[in-house]
Amino acid sequence: MACPPAAESPPARQPSVKVILASADVQRVVDRIAHQILEKTQGAAETVLLGIPTRGAPLARRLAARISTFEDVAVPVGVLDITLYRDDLRRNATRAIGPTQLPPGGIDGKRVILVDDVLFSGRTVRAALDALNDVGRPASVQLAVLVDRGHRELPIRADYVGKNIPTSLAESVKVTLAETDGADGVKLYGGIAS
Amino acid sequence: MIRHLLSGADLDAATATRILDTAAEMATVAGREVKKLPALRGRTVVNLFYEDSTRTRISFEAAAKRLSADVINFSAKGSSVAKGESLKDTALTLQAMGADAVVVRHPASGAANRLAEWVDGSVVNAGDGTHEHPTQALLDAYTMRSRLGRLAGLSVAVVGDVLHSRVARSNVLLLSTLGAKVTLVGPPTLIPVDWATRAATANTAGQAPDISVCYDLDAVLPTSDVVMMLRVQRERMSDSYFPSAREYARRYGLDGQRMRRLPEHAIVMHPGPMNRGMEITPEVADSARSTIVEQVTNGVSVRMAVLYLLLGGNNA
Repeated sequence: MACPPAAESPPARQPSVKVILASADVQRVVDRIAHQILEKTQGAAETVLLGIPTRGAPLARRLAARISTFEDVAVPVGVLDITLYRDDLRRNATRAIGPTQLPPGGIDGKRVILVDDVLFSGRTVRAALDALNDVGRPASVQLAVLVDRGHRELPIRADYVGKNIPTSLAESVKVTLAETDGADGVKLYGGIAS
Repeated sequence: MIRHLLSGADLDAATATRILDTAAEMATVAGREVKKLPALRGRTVVNLFYEDSTRTRISFEAAAKRLSADVINFSAKGSSVAKGESLKDTALTLQAMGADAVVVRHPASGAANRLAEWVDGSVVNAGDGTHEHPTQALLDAYTMRSRLGRLAGLSVAVVGDVLHSRVARSNVLLLSTLGAKVTLVGPPTLIPVDWATRAATANTAGQAPDISVCYDLDAVLPTSDVVMMLRVQRERMSDSYFPSAREYARRYGLDGQRMRRLPEHAIVMHPGPMNRGMEITPEVADSARSTIVEQVTNGVSVRMAVLYLLLGGNNA
């Protein structure tokens, strides 16, 4: 006896994709954040940029490069892996941990600017603050993000924001960078296509 | 991800490499002011030791504590084991206390495998009789990789009392998985018969054997990248396996003269504890080629990596 035919699956809804920032826009936004950092920190003295993997790390390096182009100051750059400080560590399969690289001068007494691609719930930043606590004692900590999409679950805000994107929780924001993904861009996926 | 670590054969190349990579990140914690990570907060690790041990127990304890786990140390001396409690009953007691991982050392081969059938948590074999000691093999592999930069294609001579050595067994299994060529060296009485026949059969069949056996240390030295000396385990010897300690030392001991016949880059390893003057002379043990102290340091990082990968996620 033949198997009954499989029920027709409803036609898949095309996920809507909206380009928020194109490649050239990402470059302009990074330039603006670099200028804002210089302005707000009076020349970025005693400042360290720490990127949060994966995409925070290349962003931090770009910011440092732009700052040195604009004002000829070398800002030390590092990477801060926060895997072991995440609050959802136990809810998922074991995550691979990445490297933490602090600049040679360390972070004690410095102004540390954490750099990440997307600011969402704020939990990553909380984990980064905990991780920071274990590697040194900075004089102050600031936060720079390429995109702020809202929906904070913790009392955390960014000092430097590349682009505010109002989103619904059903949508997802994807940042791509040349270093990690081949091309720069910010796209908004899902939600109701308008 | 695996649930228990009982044998060097439990690990495929990808998992073993992942442990070694994670260990490299864990090692950076040792250089920090706060030598602690919150990854295993609220988890309980029991060190269940039925056999004397210095470095392995302390190493596991340090590893668990650096990951913020709670550590309960249990040694057979001064516990209910002295009153005749069986391994199973002890295991069920630990289970009832909510141990998330049990690190076990036991004089009986296979004890760790039995324990894994009885408890819900992860079991890490820290040495069972003459069977296996997988975390030692991992830390040896880690030490080789950090000193020589690679594992694939390395020639590793494992020298001495292979028969009674759980370190040798785990190392052979793990190193061949990772692509190193292992040669067992020792008096014929101290080389396990099954491995000797396996190597001989492969030889006569013209195949490349996964392990080779050689009874002459001097013949192996010039082509070895790593020489791993094993402790002569007098306490496990019920027979006389060699005529005298002096004869053993003369034929299979590593002294300065023999060490100078090694290639320039070669390293000398020993899992400890050493019988200085027996399998290794103080000149060699304290030389720049010796990685003996490094192995102990690496042991903590590797065990942190193992505990994190077994307990860090929800893969129980």
